[in-house]
Amino acid sequence: MAPGALDTANLNGGQRLAVRYFTVAVALFVVQTVFGLLAAQQYLTPSFLFATLDFNVTRLVHIDAMIVWMLFGFLGAVYWLLEEESGSPVVGLRLGHVVFWLLTVAVAVVVLVFLLVQYGPGTAFTLWFVNEGREYIEAPRWADIGIVAGLAVFFGNVVATFVRGRWTGIGGVLTLDLIALGGLYLAGMFYTPNLTIDQYWWWWVIHLWVEATWEVIVGCLVAWGLMQILGVRRKIVTTWLYIEVALMFGAGILGLGHHYFWIGTPDYWLWIGGFFSALEPIPLVAMVVHAVYDAGVQRLRSANNPALAWLITQAFGNFLGAGVWGFMQTLPQINLFTHGTQWAASHAHLAFFGAYATTNIAVFYLAVQRWRGNVWMGANLPGDGWKWKWALGLLTAGVLGMSVALLIAGYVESFVQRAQLGSTWQAYFAAQTHPWFTSAMWWRQLFGAITGAGVVLLVWDLATIGRGETRRAELPRAAPATG
Amino acid sequence: MADSAPWWASERFWRTAAVGVTGAMAVVLIFLTVDTYPAMQAGGSKVPPYTVINKAIDYRYDPQLKRQVPVVQETDPLFGEKRSAAAAKALVSKGKRIVQGRNCMNCHTLLGNGAYYAPDLTKAWLDPAWGSPAARESMMVAFLKDPPAYGRGYGSDRRMPDLGISDKEARAVVAFLKWMSAIDTNGFPANFPTMRQ
Repeated sequence: MAPGALDTANLNGGQRLAVRYFTVAVALFVVQTVFGLLAAQQYLTPSFLFATLDFNVTRLVHIDAMIVWMLFGFLGAVYWLLEEESGSPVVGLRLGHVVFWLLTVAVAVVVLVFLLVQYGPGTAFTLWFVNEGREYIEAPRWADIGIVAGLAVFFGNVVATFVRGRWTGIGGVLTLDLIALGGLYLAGMFYTPNLTIDQYWWWWVIHLWVEATWEVIVGCLVAWGLMQILGVRRKIVTTWLYIEVALMFGAGILGLGHHYFWIGTPDYWLWIGGFFSALEPIPLVAMVVHAVYDAGVQRLRSANNPALAWLITQAFGNFLGAGVWGFMQTLPQINLFTHGTQWAASHAHLAFFGAYATTNIAVFYLAVQRWRGNVWMGANLPGDGWKWKWALGLLTAGVLGMSVALLIAGYVESFVQRAQLGSTWQAYFAAQTHPWFTSAMWWRQLFGAITGAGVVLLVWDLATIGRGETRRAELPRAAPATG
Repeated sequence: MADSAPWWASERFWRTAAVGVTGAMAVVLIFLTVDTYPAMQAGGSKVPPYTVINKAIDYRYDPQLKRQVPVVQETDPLFGEKRSAAAAKALVSKGKRIVQGRNCMNCHTLLGNGAYYAPDLTKAWLDPAWGSPAARESMMVAFLKDPPAYGRGYGSDRRMPDLGISDKEARAVVAFLKWMSAIDTNGFPANFPTMRQ
């Protein structure tokens, strides 16, 4: 075997399954980016793909590919750390592989139906087999059931493995969080004619996933990653993790209320949602302090520089994208004018990238390092590691640029459409045709192209970094598990 | 954080805090959900009964609340046909299934949620774009059946594609939109100038 070749002999059982999840996740990241560029182009030239692949299809694939690649990244990451964290081989690994293939085939079928069938009549058949038509959880009901069944098997494997091996703080938090993750998805699996009740439960899935349970998953992954990359002591990361969970759920569970301002719920939600969602940035500050402090203590020396750089990007991106961008529009008095505008798109781009894409990419770099036989990935890489550095720079600049452009577009909508003209259809188009709005959309597409270039470079780098490397990674101080 | 860490920096304290805070917040959320549920029912204090499609609806400024509220007025049955509670519910439900099945939410917003490529539909029934109450129903149906022909972009090139919506389906969608316009959305959208009644 050539030095630094990809060889599954370098991986434990869980990690072999993990790299499959990671491969599909990267492929879906590419799909997300391509369809994002198509949808953004339709803002600029609305006749582009009109009546062939309309905006509602391109945008649907864009957001759903994003959700699924995040999830696949998380599932893979948990399998990646499971054996070392628990000290036991994964229980039910064969079933885990079967579920991986079932989930992957299901995702492919759902995407093909979205692209080729696109929509159906207003019947139960459509909701079960074509498109459920609810943003983010459009996947038809058969796929919902498959997702829940797949998550149940995954959860069973995780718990059984920790039970057979040893429980750790990270393992405990992860397990409780996965119960919530799977259980909450059930809240989105029913039909009601009442749109208010529909959206009430829809937000249990969307908000309590991305603003609560997903944040805790990445909290676990970042905690574990800091031990791997910097050798931070387990007791310290575990204590931080508990602090983050307390603050995250303390603010985020009732922060759900900021989605209940305008959907037909009692107006006390304005106070509850405004207050608790305004607290949501606090745990994200704690995460920045934690990551930056640990990196500083180690003087930025690490066993895996790309992974460390992505974790630091995560700390700032999560705080800026989820925390600051969310806070800007979360109080009801401003949200009345920003709700349903490009403000939300701006926030979503920066938050999903800053909190979740970055975490997954950091784990991908840890995975290729081990996959190639624990090769050197610290300083002094060939070409000074230009590929990972440029990928990081292009992706960060691209997403930040898109978010600022969309924010400007959102401001135009808030002022012109909502504040000045009162949100009629004519007011809507007055904002959409405003030169500030249209030029912002061109900037968005330019930064989208920069993001796309970053994705290409990232995939290239993940496929090649460490190839032919003969130096072994210098492991940081071991981080022993405590019970 | 050595083992001699003060109690407020100890692993044990924060583990207890994490479990306690999460549990407490979950209990509060469940309590609030139980309290909110009756208001959200069709016919509850915030959401209209489905038979609201038999009435005239407006969205007016309330000087006491200092925001707009839906105002349900005299009888004005949709398409001139007064419907029973069951028939109204069935029609609104059919309209909502069509809205889901045609993936409307990935261009439009409903109650402000969805995509931002096309106008919000929350108060579409009340939008001055339809001209007058007399012309509204037939204009909405004609538009939904053939959006490229009847759509107005107000200077934008954006158009709604033909989604193969039949006459019966269009009528159900209009019923859903009319019902939605009577939801009390706590004043969203603000300063909405409704169609002249």
